[in-house]
Amino acid sequence: MWENIREAFDGIRSHKLRSALTMLGIIIGIASIITISSTIMGTNEQIKQNLIGAGNNTVEVVLYQGDYPFDASYQSLPDYVPMLDRSIKNEIEAIPEVVVSSLYYKRDGYGMVWNGATGMTQGTIYGVDDSFLSVYGYQIRAGRGFVDEDFSEYRKVALIDRTASETLFLGESPIGKTIEISGEPYTVVGEFTQSNAFRPTITSLEDYYTYADQSGGKVLIPAETWSVLFKFDMPYSLVARATSTDAMTQAGKSVADFLNSLFRADSPEVKYKSQDLLEQAKQLQELSTATNRQLIWVAGISLLVGGIGVMNIMLVSVTERTPEIGLKKALGAKRRKISMQFLTEAGVLTCFGGILGVLVGIGLAYVVSRVSGVPIFISGGIIVLTVVFSFVIGLFFGAVPAFQAALLNPIDALRRE
Amino acid sequence: MILELEHIDKDYGTPSVPVPVLHDINLSLEKGEYLAIMGPSGSGKSTLMNILGYLDVPTRGVYRFDGEDNTRANDSKMAMVRNQKIGFVFQSFHLLPRRRAWENVALPLMYAGVSRRERKKRAIEALNRMGLADRVDFYPSQLSGGQCQRVAIARAIVTNPLMLLADEPTGALDSKSGQQIMDIFDELHAQGMTIVMITHEQAIADRAERILYIYDGYLKGGERA
Repeated sequence: MWENIREAFDGIRSHKLRSALTMLGIIIGIASIITISSTIMGTNEQIKQNLIGAGNNTVEVVLYQGDYPFDASYQSLPDYVPMLDRSIKNEIEAIPEVVVSSLYYKRDGYGMVWNGATGMTQGTIYGVDDSFLSVYGYQIRAGRGFVDEDFSEYRKVALIDRTASETLFLGESPIGKTIEISGEPYTVVGEFTQSNAFRPTITSLEDYYTYADQSGGKVLIPAETWSVLFKFDMPYSLVARATSTDAMTQAGKSVADFLNSLFRADSPEVKYKSQDLLEQAKQLQELSTATNRQLIWVAGISLLVGGIGVMNIMLVSVTERTPEIGLKKALGAKRRKISMQFLTEAGVLTCFGGILGVLVGIGLAYVVSRVSGVPIFISGGIIVLTVVFSFVIGLFFGAVPAFQAALLNPIDALRRE
Repeated sequence: MILELEHIDKDYGTPSVPVPVLHDINLSLEKGEYLAIMGPSGSGKSTLMNILGYLDVPTRGVYRFDGEDNTRANDSKMAMVRNQKIGFVFQSFHLLPRRRAWENVALPLMYAGVSRRERKKRAIEALNRMGLADRVDFYPSQLSGGQCQRVAIARAIVTNPLMLLADEPTGALDSKSGQQIMDIFDELHAQGMTIVMITHEQAIADRAERILYIYDGYLKGGERA
């Protein structure tokens, strides 16, 4: 075996240019596969990170009517939906996958928040409890957070995030200023930011719409004062932080199941569902993977062409080395031995081409990443897989020349000089 | 009797249009004999040689070698006989250019499954016998024609074969180198090696103890008197 590998390297070395050109097809094919798969997996990783946020494993459980969140602005809650209060949180936090949780109200803040004549066009208003900030990992940047009295005394105070602050106050300090929310005056007592800065990478219009909600401003008020602004019963939503990213799906399900078990109806039309970001990420990932998978086929064709090139060169090599093959047969080499020699040479050639292809592919992936902003994602698995695959191509396309060599008649082979 | 040919015919061409090359060849050879086969080109002497060396299969007839009839054995069996019982010496040496002298000599041992260490040891011994102890690591391109043929002979005897088949062994050499090669053959013969040599030079053939002539595919005097 070692002798075969050595002879294969000898053969490659004695025809450097020819071997390089032969390998070119394999190199291009493997490099494309590496680049494309890096882009697919990088995009998927990016989608996941964008949706889930950087290491903040929160999952929201929201009341749904059919496939859409329940809209309380034009209908009242069905009477089988229990009104939640803060005592429920102890039971939620007893669920193994849940670390902490928070109850909140939420609605679109479009055209509702004003500082004098300056309005906030994009944004969300939240009515929150005392654990909301810590569940999401928000931190107070200036001023103060909510204190117990804000809740118990129905104070009309608000926290705004950096985006809202810049929109409403144009860079001035918002602390102590008064803003108008849905016609009611609220005093801004603090400004908060996300501790793990969440900056989704936006590379397309689709991305923009996906993350618009998250990139708009946020205005927080104590949940107790929510009914002052909005004169109807709104259902609480619930946010829980899961023990890990992978536990998010299970945590969301467990919370939703628990809340639904409190309902006074068997199969309610309205029920709590977890907004499973992991699941959404998977759907987006499947879409992008399906698109890019087409490209893998194109790369596959280039591998096929490369394989045919290998077969062509191996046939030439067999013809060139006919006297050598004849001699080896005369000295007692069996057919298997001869065919193994040529199979090894084809395998070594394509394996080598595969390794070069991986290196070129990593370089190309780096360039793509630089240009498009998609992170590089190359696993050891895909490297091993592509190198093994190119080796298999060598064996496959080397088979015909190898058997041709093995079946050569030793006399004919020796006679040709 | 190391070798017996009985009514060997060889046809080339297609079965429907056969071109006969050898006609009813009968030949027997004792162990340790030194035989020269002479004949003009096209007489069929190379074909006879190929049949003797299990490189070709006769169309009709039986070839017994070392007490076995492998006339129509499979490729693997024939390869084994060539490897273990027959040593070949060719007119144009047939050395692998990218292999050192000892590696060329060791080649048949590799097909016999001998370990690398043992191969090298035995190859160097064979080269020593050919007086090439100082050329072990040389490449064929660094050796003279006579030296190349001596490497080839070392390769032929390294497996301790029963018979040496030489096809015009001096054909590509100057007369002085040719003499050296013939001396080596004499020496091997003296040590008990069975040798069959093909040549068209009378002077070379005269060194053998028995000469047979082949004309137009007919062998004269093959059977023992």
